Formats: sequence, C-alpha cells, structure tokens
Amino acid sequence: MELFDDIIIDIKQLTFSRGNRYIYKDVDIRIPRGKVTAIMGPSGTGKTTLLRLIGGQLKPDSGSILLDGDDIPCLGRSELFDVREKMGMLFQSGALFTDMSVFENVAFPIRVHTKLPEDMVRDVVLMKLQAVGLRGAAQLMPSELSGGMSRRVALARAIALAPALVMYDEPFAGQDPIAMGVLVNLIQKLNQALGHTSIIVSHDIKEALSIADYVYIIADAGVIAQGTPEELQKVDSEQVRQFMMGLPDGPVPFHFPAADITTELMEG
Amino acid sequence: MQPVLDNIALFGRAGLDKVEAVGRSGMILINAIVARPDPVQSFPLLIRQLYSVGVLSMIIIIVSGLFIGMVLALQGYTILVDYGTEQAVGQMVALSLVRELAPVVAALLFAGRAGSALTAEIGLMKATEQLSSMEMIGVDPLRRIIAPRFWAGFISLPILTMIFSAVGVWGAMLVGVEWLGVYEGSFWANMQNSVDFFDDVVNGLIKAQVFGLVVTWVAVFQGYDALPTSEGISQATTKTVVYSSLAILGLDFIMTALMFGDF
Repeated sequence: MELFDDIIIDIKQLTFSRGNRYIYKDVDIRIPRGKVTAIMGPSGTGKTTLLRLIGGQLKPDSGSILLDGDDIPCLGRSELFDVREKMGMLFQSGALFTDMSVFENVAFPIRVHTKLPEDMVRDVVLMKLQAVGLRGAAQLMPSELSGGMSRRVALARAIALAPALVMYDEPFAGQDPIAMGVLVNLIQKLNQALGHTSIIVSHDIKEALSIADYVYIIADAGVIAQGTPEELQKVDSEQVRQFMMGLPDGPVPFHFPAADITTELMEG
Repeated sequence: MQPVLDNIALFGRAGLDKVEAVGRSGMILINAIVARPDPVQSFPLLIRQLYSVGVLSMIIIIVSGLFIGMVLALQGYTILVDYGTEQAVGQMVALSLVRELAPVVAALLFAGRAGSALTAEIGLMKATEQLSSMEMIGVDPLRRIIAPRFWAGFISLPILTMIFSAVGVWGAMLVGVEWLGVYEGSFWANMQNSVDFFDDVVNGLIKAQVFGLVVTWVAVFQGYDALPTSEGISQATTKTVVYSSLAILGLDFIMTALMFGDF
C-alpha cells in the first residue's frame, strides 16, 4: 500500500494492562510519515493511553514501539528526553504553564532546546502565534484565555521546534462549533505547510474523518477496524457501525452490566 | 478461612505499596539531586524558589520566634526568681532555642507553610498535565520543577532556624531585661559563657539541615506522587504536614540522643 511505504511509527505486538484489565493486547499499528492518522473509538478504550505509550510516559507490558527505529520502551531516561524533542503534543486541557504568559509558554521549548538569541526567539514565537491567530494575545496569561484559545496556544507551543510528529489528544472535545472549525482548519493547514506527521485521538467522528488520511478504530483491547475514511464507511461490522453512526445501543450496551431490575426492585 | 487470607493479602499489599512508595521517593530524590545542573537556566529557578520557599516564610518564623523567646523568658523568670537565679534566664532561653526549639519549631512551621504549598503546587501542576506537557517538550520535570524546590528548602531552613534563634533571644531580652528588670550584663554574660558554638549552635544547625532535607523531600515527593484529582491533592497536602511533623519529632529525639546524650 502506497500510504505505508514510509512509516514513522511502527507498533508491534503491543500489550498494556491496568490491574487485571487489558487496555491493549497484541496490537499492531503503523503510522505513515507526513500524514494525518486518526485514532478513534469509544471513551475509555485507551486512546490517550496510546499517545502516552508513544511518548514514553507509560511502559507497555510487552511489544515494541519504534519511532524512526528507536524502540521507545527500551530507551533510558535521558535518551527518551532527546527523542521527545522530535515530538509535540497537544493535551486535552492545553496544559499551558500557568505562571508564564502566552509568549513565554511558546518560547519555553525554544529557550530550553536552542541557543537562539532573544530577538530571534521573539520572531519565531510571534510567527507561531500568528499561525494560530493569537499574536495579539501574546502578553495575556493562560487564565485570561478561553478553552479554544488555550488549545491554539498549546498548538503553537507544540509546533515551536518544528517536530517530526505532533500528537493531538482530543483536540475538539468541549469546543463550540466555531472553535472546532478553527482547530480542524489549523491542524490540516499546519500539517500540509510544515510536513509533519499528525496523530489525532478523537471521538468526534465528522471532524476527525474530514482531515484524516488513515483511521484506526480501537475497542476491546485491539484495533477493530482500520482504513481510509472512505473504506471505513463500507466496513460491515455492527460494532464499527454503532460507533460511526452514534447509535445508543448495540454491541457496546447502553446499560452497565447489572442484575435483573425486577429482581433487584423486589429485593428492596 | 478465605476472609482471613484476604485480610492477610490486603495487609501484605498495603505493606508492599508503602515499600514501593519509599523506593519511588528515593528515585525521585536521586534523579533530582544528580540531575546535571545547567547554571544559566537552573540559577534563576533556584533564586525564585528561595524567594517563595524561604523569604516568604520569614514573617511566620520571625513572629513565632519572637513570641516563643518572650514566653520562655517569662516562664523561666517565674521559676528562677524563686531561687534567686533570674540572671540565668538568658542562658536558659538561648540553650533551649539553639539546641531544640529553634530547629524543631522552625521546621514544623516550615512544613506547614512551605511544605504544604510545595505539595499543592506540584500536585496541581500534575493534575493540569503541566508536568506531562513538560516531559513531552523534552524537559525533565525532576530537574526543572523538583530540583530547584528541593534545594531551596534544603538551603532555606537552616537560615530560617538561625533567624528564629536570634529573634527568640531578642524577645527574651525584651521580656527579661526591659520588662522584668534582669541585669543586662548578667543576661548576656551568662549566655556567652554557657552556649558553646560547636556543641550547641552547630549541632542545632545540623538538626535544621536534616529537617530541611526531610521536610522538602516529603513535600516534593507527595506532590509529584499525588493522585491528579482535587481529593488526591488534598490528601497529599495533609500527608506532607503529618509525615514531616512526625519525622521532625522522631529524628529530633534520635539526634538529641546522639548529640547530647551521655552514653
């Protein structure tokens, strides 16, 4: 397949569990370089966990996660921090440093990882803020921003060092339609302009499918469907159809497992 | 039989959790201490933390030191005057302060003011994913967040203890000499003759240094290890104050026995 001629991340036989519950069991996922890949699935299936595994913040029980040949779980602490310079991550909450202004937040990775003179740092930061439309908010503090603005500043910070890989954790969750449209547009445009690889974790089907080149649907500790957005529309699986069409009941039941209601009411 | 086995298993798991927590706290401390310092970036961070951990704790230390010195002088005077030895009030206050009260009370106050603030700040940074985002930017939070806070606490507490002692002695002088009329020459001379620099002052400062290490270690670990919820942060803050206070009092007894006990 053409899409997978050049792979940036190759996840093989990944197993990760919490307590007695498998989050992933023998999962294989490949992320094509320079494309937008969406990781979708119902809440609680471990989509954010996958990003944390790729970022090395969690260690799998077994399996490998190769980022350009580096096996993330096997890296030492300092090697891991070196590899992370190739990554940018947009957290669901924005995760801006609350004691720094918008400008200082975006300048933070540049100051830490480069020795650029101050006037050049200023130019780079202003250009990144211009790209997300918030150059005018440079001197505001994070507490003065709306949720959508926080995410755009966090996006500017994530791309500050032009990383090879940008991971988005639920970028559209809780956004009003305008903010959502702005973010969809930004992610797509930045991906095309900067040529980095994007991984979007989301359960906002319409938005994610509109910009994704390839999609993985995750449930039951594994990948239940994968393909391009067009291919997914044709998948003949009740579980995938329930998710894609947002049906309240189906293989993922509406009711949490419980005893029969009549029996329980009579017991009282 | 099964409930008994379950209880034993629960007890064992709780014990293992505690041992694991001690191991984790040790790893955090070692990683924070041995982190390769970058003077250009680390020094301003340390100065900022010295201000928030040390300088901002001074008011409570000065006020407490003043009142404790005044109370000691008042209590000491009422007892000593019965034996006609009220001139020894300066000696009594100074020895009580530099050997015991200044290191212990300053450390307890420090745990309540600075320790709890450190835990809450780090815990909240964890809950709002600021520590995670720092990791993903390729910056080690142990080096950037934990290390400067740890060193600031370690450096601040002995200095705060010295301030506590000095202000306490001054408070005792105000009550003993200015108010109760103890002869000033005897007050200072007795103190000078009885307080030994190495045996009393240095030993007191060694205690303060140990307390500084323990309180700050407990505070940064509890914050870093807190559950990222409002309840988790509240529990971590409480644990900081409780564990630090117990550690201060327990270690004080051990160090007093080693330093001043006649074995």
